[in-house]
Amino acid sequence: MYPAPFEYFAPRSLDEAISLLEKYKEDAKIIAGGQSLVILMKHRLARPKYLIDLNRIPGLEYVIEGDEGIRIGAMTRMNDIAENEIIKKFYSIIYDAAINIADSLVRNMGTIGGNLCHGDPASDMPAAMIALNAIYTVRGPKGERKIKAEDFYIDTFQTALEPDEILTEIFIPKPEPKHGSAYEKIKRRVGDFAIAAVGASISVDENLRIKKIGIALTSLGPKVLKVDASELIGSIANEETFEKAGELAYKTAKPSSDIRGPAEYKKDMAKVLTIRALNLSLKRILGK
Amino acid sequence: MSTQKVIHGIGHAVKRKEDPRFITGNGRYLDDIKLPGMLYLAFVRSPYAHAKIKSINVEKAKNMPGVVAVITGKDLQALNLAWMPTLANDKQMVLPVDKVVYQSQAVVAVVAEDPYLAKDAAEAVEVEYEPLPAVVDPRKALEKGAPIIREDKGTNHVLHWEAGNKEEVEKLFKEADIVVRQEFYYPRIHVAYMEPCGVIAHYDRIAGKLTVYMTTQAPHAVRTVISLVTGMPENNIRIISPDIGGGFGGKVYVYPEYVVAIVASIMTGRPVKYVFSRSEDMQTTAFARDFYITGELAAKKDGKVLALRVKVIADHGAFQGDANPSKFPYGLFTIVTGAYDFKAAFVEIDGAYTNKPPGGIAYRCSFRVTEAAYTIERLMDILAHELKMDPAELRLKNFIPSNKFPYKSALGWEYDSGNYEAALRKAMELINYEELRKEQEEKRKKGELMGIGISSFVEIVGAGPSHIFDILGIKMFESCEIRIHPTGAVIARFGTRAQGQGHETTFAQVIADELGIPIEKITVEEGDTDTCPYGLGTYASRSTPTAGAAAAVAARKIKEKARKIAAHLLEVREEDLEWERGRFYVKGVPSKFKTIEEIAFAAYTNPPPGLEPGLEAVAYYNPPNMTFPFGSYICVVDIDKQTGIPKVRKFVAVDDCGVRINPLIVEGQIHGALAMGFGTAFLEQIIYDENGNNLTGNFADYTIPTAVETPKWITDQTVTPSPHHPLGAKGVGESATVGSPAAFVNAVVDALAHLGVRHIDMPLYPWKIYKILKEKGVIK
Amino acid sequence: MSKRHISLVVNGKKVEADVEPRMLLVHFIRDVLGLTGTHVGCDTANCGACTVLLDGRAVKSCNIFAVQADGKELLTIEGLAKNGQLHPIQQAFWEKHGLQCGYCTPGMIMTAYWFLNRNPNPTEEEIRNAISGNLCRCTGYVKIVEAIQYAAELMRSKEVKK
Repeated sequence: MYPAPFEYFAPRSLDEAISLLEKYKEDAKIIAGGQSLVILMKHRLARPKYLIDLNRIPGLEYVIEGDEGIRIGAMTRMNDIAENEIIKKFYSIIYDAAINIADSLVRNMGTIGGNLCHGDPASDMPAAMIALNAIYTVRGPKGERKIKAEDFYIDTFQTALEPDEILTEIFIPKPEPKHGSAYEKIKRRVGDFAIAAVGASISVDENLRIKKIGIALTSLGPKVLKVDASELIGSIANEETFEKAGELAYKTAKPSSDIRGPAEYKKDMAKVLTIRALNLSLKRILGK
Repeated sequence: MSTQKVIHGIGHAVKRKEDPRFITGNGRYLDDIKLPGMLYLAFVRSPYAHAKIKSINVEKAKNMPGVVAVITGKDLQALNLAWMPTLANDKQMVLPVDKVVYQSQAVVAVVAEDPYLAKDAAEAVEVEYEPLPAVVDPRKALEKGAPIIREDKGTNHVLHWEAGNKEEVEKLFKEADIVVRQEFYYPRIHVAYMEPCGVIAHYDRIAGKLTVYMTTQAPHAVRTVISLVTGMPENNIRIISPDIGGGFGGKVYVYPEYVVAIVASIMTGRPVKYVFSRSEDMQTTAFARDFYITGELAAKKDGKVLALRVKVIADHGAFQGDANPSKFPYGLFTIVTGAYDFKAAFVEIDGAYTNKPPGGIAYRCSFRVTEAAYTIERLMDILAHELKMDPAELRLKNFIPSNKFPYKSALGWEYDSGNYEAALRKAMELINYEELRKEQEEKRKKGELMGIGISSFVEIVGAGPSHIFDILGIKMFESCEIRIHPTGAVIARFGTRAQGQGHETTFAQVIADELGIPIEKITVEEGDTDTCPYGLGTYASRSTPTAGAAAAVAARKIKEKARKIAAHLLEVREEDLEWERGRFYVKGVPSKFKTIEEIAFAAYTNPPPGLEPGLEAVAYYNPPNMTFPFGSYICVVDIDKQTGIPKVRKFVAVDDCGVRINPLIVEGQIHGALAMGFGTAFLEQIIYDENGNNLTGNFADYTIPTAVETPKWITDQTVTPSPHHPLGAKGVGESATVGSPAAFVNAVVDALAHLGVRHIDMPLYPWKIYKILKEKGVIK
Repeated sequence: MSKRHISLVVNGKKVEADVEPRMLLVHFIRDVLGLTGTHVGCDTANCGACTVLLDGRAVKSCNIFAVQADGKELLTIEGLAKNGQLHPIQQAFWEKHGLQCGYCTPGMIMTAYWFLNRNPNPTEEEIRNAISGNLCRCTGYVKIVEAIQYAAELMRSKEVKK
């Protein structure tokens, strides 16, 4: 309950934050919402010598809809994301994932950037981003670069982010007119990490043939896992196709047994939840 | 209920007197207390479940900023305080000298000026361990060749205990048409009160007085124990139990950290505070349950039960610290015959030491009644399914009839009163039982999984009568001291100590009812051993049965004296007076009366000659018997076939705790205890791996229910007063935690019974149910 | 470690202090400001006993550093009652027996305060979701939900009276 000592910086610009990261490297950690980091620090599992607070940097909290798609500032609070009407309507998977993260109090501080960069296989948002083909913008001393969400996650607590880089924005391409998405999570109780969770996104044509499909798995491996469902493109979105998608998810899942359940159960749930997420996505398309 | 509204006597759902401070953030919990010059403790804790201590180096720590002292087991050993007695006639390490025996055990204490600095210094202590093989399963602990945890005992076997008639039971088992046998594991759980445990010890060198603020449910007993252990005279020890954020039995224990705080205060001459972090509290304070139970029930083919035989292996952790009455090392487990008329029963329990923290009695267990009620209520359901009989019908057939009370059970308890049939029938009516069974039939045809579970439990509370109950020799009476001021206001002090049960209101209501003084003019105090009369504290649902009774008895003593004063004032004989709540009036002449306020004033201004002035009384109440609350709970559960996730659709709880002093408060107790039973059945378990590492040692990993999972409860009552209690009241605080787990488990098993499923151990995780569905071919 | 100067408004009053960066906001509130109504119930940001409002948002003060509250407005349980008059939520908790030991109560009330100001006419499900980050061991939540429903009623009728 008592963190180790550290020096604190509250930079007023991204450049300032980045040069601090450049200076202090592995001894520094950025704090966004802090909802994961502060817990680690209270248990002294994380003991950065320098804490760089991003909360005073203006211009990082926004949800902007454009012709190409939606841009979300990395410091946008999870509750603001959950309450955004555009997101709820057109990017439902993000809404589903957001309301499944912790509780409303944690979501008042927690940021989407934090949830995406922590690299925890149990973080809910990464699967939503992968399913939607999101692109992250990160900035470092050498400038800006763009990384696809599906390329961002390397291993447990390991992402493509360099120690001196900061995630600034998430871009999600505008979905097709007939698009639906959903996030299905089973957990021991509200606020808990997933026993297993699946995010799915599909676009179909007027005949319900699948044009695009994205599926990703939470808490089902050492990192968030993308399911390669490209072979289902062109198939009709129906029970049989979704069953196949479930099988693909089952094959992709690599869960381990822990206090939240045995690996065999989680693997089976990868399939069940994939089918449920696809069914709900389709329902949302047809409901429109 | 003829109380005038303005008095708020027994039966009124009046809002609580203690709430104003809590709703405005002015409660005074232990961590809120700051004393001048206060120091803080931090502990170095063992990463290993079982290890030799090879060396401890405190030099670096001693020299860190703000550090005032560092205390090791060797330091305590020099003061003869490295070990302390437990409440179960064993001893327990305060700080270890040679080895550690459970993970997170306190090893070294740092005393510093502020808690952040104390933690910094604790990190700088160097301890070298030599890990030893850990013993985690009590059944393995009892096997030959298992590593010995307690060198001082030379064995892992704590004790063997028996009750009942073994031969008679064997005879009846031979005669029986059917015998059902089932193994149950009642998991190890933690009550996780919202306020972690804490202590502030303050030894005043000038006055030679030790004051200890402690999150304790039994301040007087603690005072006596400290006196016996330290040799300090009891008048120089004051225990103050401030507002407590939930106890539920987990705050009865004197934890080693408390003793270290006392030593540190004596050493430094300054107050020393220690508040457990949640993780420390989850990992080291009293666990609950952890019983491996084998239950056998013998019956006739028409369902009439004959005999019961139960064998238990109990996991004690590394020390036998159970806070049980001394003659009952396994508490009141012998209530296991429950609501049914068994001819004979036999229980045998063997305890084992393991590399885990001690405890055993906590989490609203009512002294092991939770384990007993679970055993019998599960066995009855298993018998019902075996006989293809409706579980409600089986129970109704076997209930002790309502005209057979007081009833002597096969294991020796005299149940005071009960009407089990009425409670069950009421529950069945409320939940529409017949319709539910029809619905279940229909659903089964469609392959849907729905279950109905019943639990008709009997509780035993109010410890307890002197001839059988004592804790460390101290009898389990309860006390109440009432003093009436000249202007008719009252102060009443008790030996109990509420941790949310609302005594400041309910005890005031009892006194209000007896004397006719409004509760606004009655102050109830508990928790300060300097001012409160000696009592055994609040746990095991004993307060209403004992302290509530003491309040009534003391108030009646006052009424007797008041009668004398009234007779004097009205110039009549005592026999000529009639009492009507709040006043004495002359028989036949109601216009000639004196109110209790007038009488109180006269006690100080115009007492009768020959009678002492003043108006007060003390009662030490020795209950003649326990009280036996009971109830019937019915639970409806639906199971999602795809995921195995069980969902409680409906839950009806009919409780009978005799006369209810404050219906609102009683309901609150039942709601809370039901939520705990729900957590027990579905969500909670302290899980250790084979090396004794606690895998659920914080609030993220140990999942207590939130408002989202917790079902909405439908509660109702029957009222069967206790014939021996002055108010006809019984206890109720733990009833629902005692009775509900079996209802939940019975419901889930009932949903799967047609597939041949007989039992699933708690907690009923979805994956356990899913595994069964897969095995039974329900899922491909 | 060098201290940092922070200045914030607490329950309507301006406060200045020097704190170590590592000091948690909940410790600042309890030990520096002496406002002990905000409680510590866990160390993994699960229990919500430490809930306060920071710039109008209900947050867990155990999971924020005091330095992060610099320049902000803080509302704790002690700041709810005005001139000795209980806030309707406090009144509702009292009347509906929405508390037993009282330890989770300040956090519950602060969450309810934030929630009801945004959702004045909630369903029971919405209430239970809103308080999912506030754990209670005593009440089984039934009477807490009743209290919040009743509080919503009281607050709506106050609005009407305005």
